[in-house]
Amino acid sequence: MADLATYNFAYLDEQTKRMIRRAILKAISIPGYQVPFASREMPMPYGWGTGGVQVTAAILGPNDVLKVIDQGADDTTNAVSIRAFFQKVANVAVTTKTREATIIQTRHRIPEETLSAGQTLVYQVPIPEPLRFLEPRETETRKMHALEEYGLMHVKLYEDIARNGHIATTYAYPVKVEGRYVMDPSPTPKFDNPKMHRSEALQLFGAGREKRIYAVPPYTDVVSLDFEDHPFEIQHFDKPCALCGAEHVYLDEVVLDDKGGRMFVCSDTDHCEDRREHGHAGEMLARQEAAE
Amino acid sequence: MTDTPLLKVNDVSKFYGSRIGCRNVSFELWPGEVLAIVGESGSGKTTLLSCLSTRLMPSSGIVEYHMRDGQYRDLARMGEAERRFLMRTDWGFVHQNPADGLRMTVSAGANVGERLMAVGDRHYGNIRATAADWLARVEIDEDRIDDQPRAFSGGMRQRLQIARNLVTSPRLVFMDEPTGGLDVSVQARLLDLVRGLVHDLGLSAIIVTHDLAVARLLSHRMMVMKDGLVIEQGLTDRVLDDPREPYTQLLVSSILQV
Ligand SMILES: Nc1ncnc2c1ncn2[C@@H]1O[C@H](COP(=O)(O)OP(=O)(O)OP(=O)(O)O)[C@@H](O)[C@H]1O
Ligand SMILES: [Mg+2]
Ligand SMILES: [Zn+2]
Repeated sequence: MADLATYNFAYLDEQTKRMIRRAILKAISIPGYQVPFASREMPMPYGWGTGGVQVTAAILGPNDVLKVIDQGADDTTNAVSIRAFFQKVANVAVTTKTREATIIQTRHRIPEETLSAGQTLVYQVPIPEPLRFLEPRETETRKMHALEEYGLMHVKLYEDIARNGHIATTYAYPVKVEGRYVMDPSPTPKFDNPKMHRSEALQLFGAGREKRIYAVPPYTDVVSLDFEDHPFEIQHFDKPCALCGAEHVYLDEVVLDDKGGRMFVCSDTDHCEDRREHGHAGEMLARQEAAE
Repeated sequence: MTDTPLLKVNDVSKFYGSRIGCRNVSFELWPGEVLAIVGESGSGKTTLLSCLSTRLMPSSGIVEYHMRDGQYRDLARMGEAERRFLMRTDWGFVHQNPADGLRMTVSAGANVGERLMAVGDRHYGNIRATAADWLARVEIDEDRIDDQPRAFSGGMRQRLQIARNLVTSPRLVFMDEPTGGLDVSVQARLLDLVRGLVHDLGLSAIIVTHDLAVARLLSHRMMVMKDGLVIEQGLTDRVLDDPREPYTQLLVSSILQV
């Protein structure tokens, strides 16, 4: 009775971890291919990244350093509770610094700092099937992947252009992996798509409710789909980060008051803090300092 | 017409368990030829069409297709990838119910453009221009190009389905009751359109219908089916004007009374 509250390192039992690792290995050897796996119940609701949590649990070792982000931030409820979960069940070191982390679990963003060899990025994926929106039948989408029939992906982009005059898809923008499988990079903004291409880091994707794992091994080609006359483009921002002055980063809008005041700041909070520590200052920070 | 058949059908049968779908059907289809399959409900028309178009696997018999490279291929032995490629490039299939052959939630332009994108066309402007051209050919106003077929009448949907199939210049088109659910006046317009397209494009077609007027208008040759068997076949005018089988005579006389 006294042992009731104990559980295995990183929560999952070794048997389950082995099953998930086998799925991960298969996913790595067929880049972009969605490997089915027996997703387990986790002590958190679906939509909270149960797929990513299981992948992290299966690859986590005692010497790993874990970072968890949600919308680029380390301090949101979701990120905080997943980080606390692994501190509790695996007693691993945690960090907010991208550079220090060996495993980064993410929802929505890829860190601004270029990832390096030895790091693993684990994505929490809600809907892994890029063809789903136009083809609801699973048997048919599997066949389309198997036979490399991806015309439908361009039908979606065609519709985008017909309706908006340009490709209006900004999140979950479909990519082709290593010239073969079309993959949904999960709800990351298309701004991050180029970071996936030939990344030194290992990228793993876990979808808990849909029971799928897929992967992009290091140095893999990841190409965003487009048309010759409507080439893929990332989002552009008019101004640099209001806090750290960074350009060419993904910015979030922050409402300052109820009079329409707002600013745009780095979505990657660690990146922003790191820059400020190194003396970079954006418009808003400079103004505050002048006022003091 | 050239001297090699496009399709060679040899002794094709299909059983659903112990129930007969179609039995011992043999014929050849020539390039540019339109063949009508007629017969009463349950006579096996759709079953036969499905066996020919690889939507169903025959229980026995062989269907061979003359590929663009000049080779005959046994369709049952073709790999799935190649078969599906054939179906969306060199073939067309027009369903009775347009919703079965269209994507109802994407625009008319994308419906027509899908096959082009499927074979690797990656220029939006060209795809759109081709789609607009095909809409015009099936008499749909170009300003409907961004509308979904949900907003189209039955006749327009059927014409859109035809455009969607013909955009890759197929050589063979299968049609199952293409005018089935339509008003008589709408039917007439569609039939004229199909006849014009088949003629202009030099298409071969196999058209299932229980309407002898459709067979008369569109086909060169026809086959009459009953209980899964082809009981009479020949040039359309000959069969309709001088039917040999008592059953065909009945069929023809009943339509003449209507
Ligand atoms: N999936 C099936 N399972 C069992 N029997 C079937 C199936 N499909 C058709 N049949 C039977 O095969 C026979 C031929 O049917 P088929 O649908 O080919 O006829 P049809 O000539 O197309 O009829 P209709 O004009 O009503 O469309 C019928 O007896 C039918 O009940
Ligand atoms: Mg039928
Ligand atoms: Zn910043």
